[in-house]
Amino acid sequence: MFGAGGGTSSYQEIEETDLIIMWGSNAREAHPIFFHHVLKGIHNGARMFAVDPRRTSSAAWADVWLGIDVGSDIALANAVGREIIRQGLTNEEFIREATEGFDEYAEFVDDYTLARGEEITGVPADVIQQLSHEYGSAETAQLCWTLGITEHHNATDNVLSLINLALLTGHVGRYGSGLVPVRGQNNVQGGGDMGALPNKLPGFQDVEDDALRAKFESVWGAEIPAKAGKHISLMQESMDEGVLKCLYVLGENPLQSEADSQVMEKRLKGLEFIVAQDIFLTATAELADVVLPAAGWGETEGTFTSSERRVQRVRKAVDPPGEAWGDIEILSALARAMGHDWITPTAEEAWDEMRSLSPLHGGMSYQRLDDMGGIQWPCPDEDSEGDLFLHGRLWERPVTTMKAPFFPTPYAAPVDTLTDEYPMRLTTGRRLDSYNTGVQSGRYASPRRIHGVLDLSPEDGDSLGVQEGQKVKVTSRRGSVEAPVRFDRSLRPGLAFMAVHFPDDLDVNVLTIDAWDPKAGTAEFKATAVRVEALA
Amino acid sequence: MSVKATIDGQEVTVPEGTSILDACTQLGTDIPTFCYGPTITPANACRVCMVEVEGSRVLVPSCSRALEEGMVVKTGTERAEHSRRLVLELLGSASELDRSSDEVHGWIEEYGADSSRFGPDAETVAQPAKVQDDLYVRDYERCILCYKCVDACGVDHQNTFAITVAGRGFDAHISTEFDVTLPDSACVYCGNCIAVCPTGALEGKIAWDMKEAGTWDADAQEVTRTVCSYCGVGCNLDIHTQDGRIVDVTSPLDHEVTLGNLCIKGRFGWSFVHAGASEPEGAAGGTGS
Repeated sequence: MFGAGGGTSSYQEIEETDLIIMWGSNAREAHPIFFHHVLKGIHNGARMFAVDPRRTSSAAWADVWLGIDVGSDIALANAVGREIIRQGLTNEEFIREATEGFDEYAEFVDDYTLARGEEITGVPADVIQQLSHEYGSAETAQLCWTLGITEHHNATDNVLSLINLALLTGHVGRYGSGLVPVRGQNNVQGGGDMGALPNKLPGFQDVEDDALRAKFESVWGAEIPAKAGKHISLMQESMDEGVLKCLYVLGENPLQSEADSQVMEKRLKGLEFIVAQDIFLTATAELADVVLPAAGWGETEGTFTSSERRVQRVRKAVDPPGEAWGDIEILSALARAMGHDWITPTAEEAWDEMRSLSPLHGGMSYQRLDDMGGIQWPCPDEDSEGDLFLHGRLWERPVTTMKAPFFPTPYAAPVDTLTDEYPMRLTTGRRLDSYNTGVQSGRYASPRRIHGVLDLSPEDGDSLGVQEGQKVKVTSRRGSVEAPVRFDRSLRPGLAFMAVHFPDDLDVNVLTIDAWDPKAGTAEFKATAVRVEALA
Repeated sequence: MSVKATIDGQEVTVPEGTSILDACTQLGTDIPTFCYGPTITPANACRVCMVEVEGSRVLVPSCSRALEEGMVVKTGTERAEHSRRLVLELLGSASELDRSSDEVHGWIEEYGADSSRFGPDAETVAQPAKVQDDLYVRDYERCILCYKCVDACGVDHQNTFAITVAGRGFDAHISTEFDVTLPDSACVYCGNCIAVCPTGALEGKIAWDMKEAGTWDADAQEVTRTVCSYCGVGCNLDIHTQDGRIVDVTSPLDHEVTLGNLCIKGRFGWSFVHAGASEPEGAAGGTGS
């Protein structure tokens, strides 16, 4: 946020805050131990608002549930922003001293009246007003979100619309007040930290900045391309154009995890050469020309970075099976095979080189990570203990660093529109006991497992004339799947849900649309228009 | 605010609200207890941790009584030790303590607790273990009703409320709602009850199977601290390995992210590591490998 990509707060803060907003996050199932901290906050007296199309098991803990229509988040945020301004609940001093662009923002959101907010989002005007008043008047507030915000064609604007609310009220940069994107994967934060982004070097240093690039080049002894690369959605576009011909896939299963899987399959099959490096022969690896068996979790050393920016050691407990090698060994050997003079560093040696170049990580020696139970970046040197929360700088007077900008964000409906032909909204997500395409989580015997089903409201079941367990045909503009029905009272009529975990039995991504956010590259997994028909 | 008191003739100053038991621990005085846990609100259930407090007519449970200003505590009096011995004997008479910690066995020896003195006809909670799925075993002949599992499942941590105490008197027992099987109950299989069970009444299926088969060898195990491979919360895990195989996963009680708690994926979802390999010796299946 405002530069470095990471949540601003620590879990302990949510235990002590006054107001918790869970926006597009079913943490009770997707991030259960984070939700323990939320529950402590609730038991300590915090109010909780849940913004979610489904009345999830997280929303069941909320004081107020806002059952928003899928993909209308920006309209809700803008209406909340307007109401906060209209009621005089803005933090004027903070806006004046620490932000930029308030006037344009205020003018922009003036169109988003409570009535218009209700019309677009389906949330009653008085409930929008209640959220506005409580967020605007809370002493401290934590605004949390996950993929309900980011798996949309306008993911970046969704996030910016929430950041605007924190800037209006000063709910950022203070203990107990912050912006909390809870990360979906063990090390998606760490991947970003390490520069596994098309436009960043380790520590979120811009690859197009000549001086920063030169710093890395001098240590790496190699020239770094001066232009940002492509994110996964742009790569797919390049595959369609025939420009991208070779793909090296490390620990991903894009054939099953990307939206519109039939198109993805054509793309992958159209490539000249695929290398897959994975711990299993995934569906993607089966398409590969070369498969490099990799050592996995529990078999290698390294670090993960969590959603509170905490870097923690990951250790080897067992030997990898068969011919599997660690990723560092594979990559180093590959470099040597290509004629480069690379050693195979230990995980610690690779880390030490990285932290010599990334100011965020400079003080994070393995020894200190061990001794301190992990360290939260930024940690520039070995005197630093890391930061509990970010952007305290916005409360210095005067603010000597970059002020935080408002970004007016226009509401844009989901790309896959509802029509008479495709009248029902399908959204996707996780269940408690499973994870992504099930490559890992499908291998233990969970008594809670719900295999591939279509979740419907009982009301929709009635109107379709189907019973639980009966098979239906689900059709989107891209394809059809057949699935048994499960009734879920957390769904309102018109809303259906499928988990993403069983692509071999029920490939939800046959249905999803690959419309994607131009800034972040994330696809709109959360909003598919479908038709559901009973099968005889 | 701090309070000053005397424990076994030693002066001690602790923050207000500190329990007598915690103050004793700080002084290095070992007080036996089953139901106390650093991450659990004291339930004051096992009655093993009794101490004498000057001016108090009855013995005082040290886990749930805060140290007060000027209090004079005696931990090793004959009356306190007699009480502890008797309670250890009663617990050991009704329930199997064979899989309790080494610490518990040390107390039984130290206090000379002899459960056999109640004779062969003494009532017990003996019953078949409840093996209802591939992840957990509830082996209630080892249960002493310490309430830790109930509190871990309840407001202390998980807030799922899948289990509580049902019945009265000697029939009191830990039960799901209407005594349904665990898979049919509200249980979400986090295993946070297993994490706090002091007697081995609650175990992961693999550990329980191996203990039944006699292949579980704690002394031969290594413990490796790492971070969970699933979502981005960053829960710390302790991987327990024996003969190069993972046999159990726990979380450290003193880690601020988890306080020893995990979800079903973290505690049980690791069997992909050994996909294709056979089960550990003595384990009867269920890892899905």
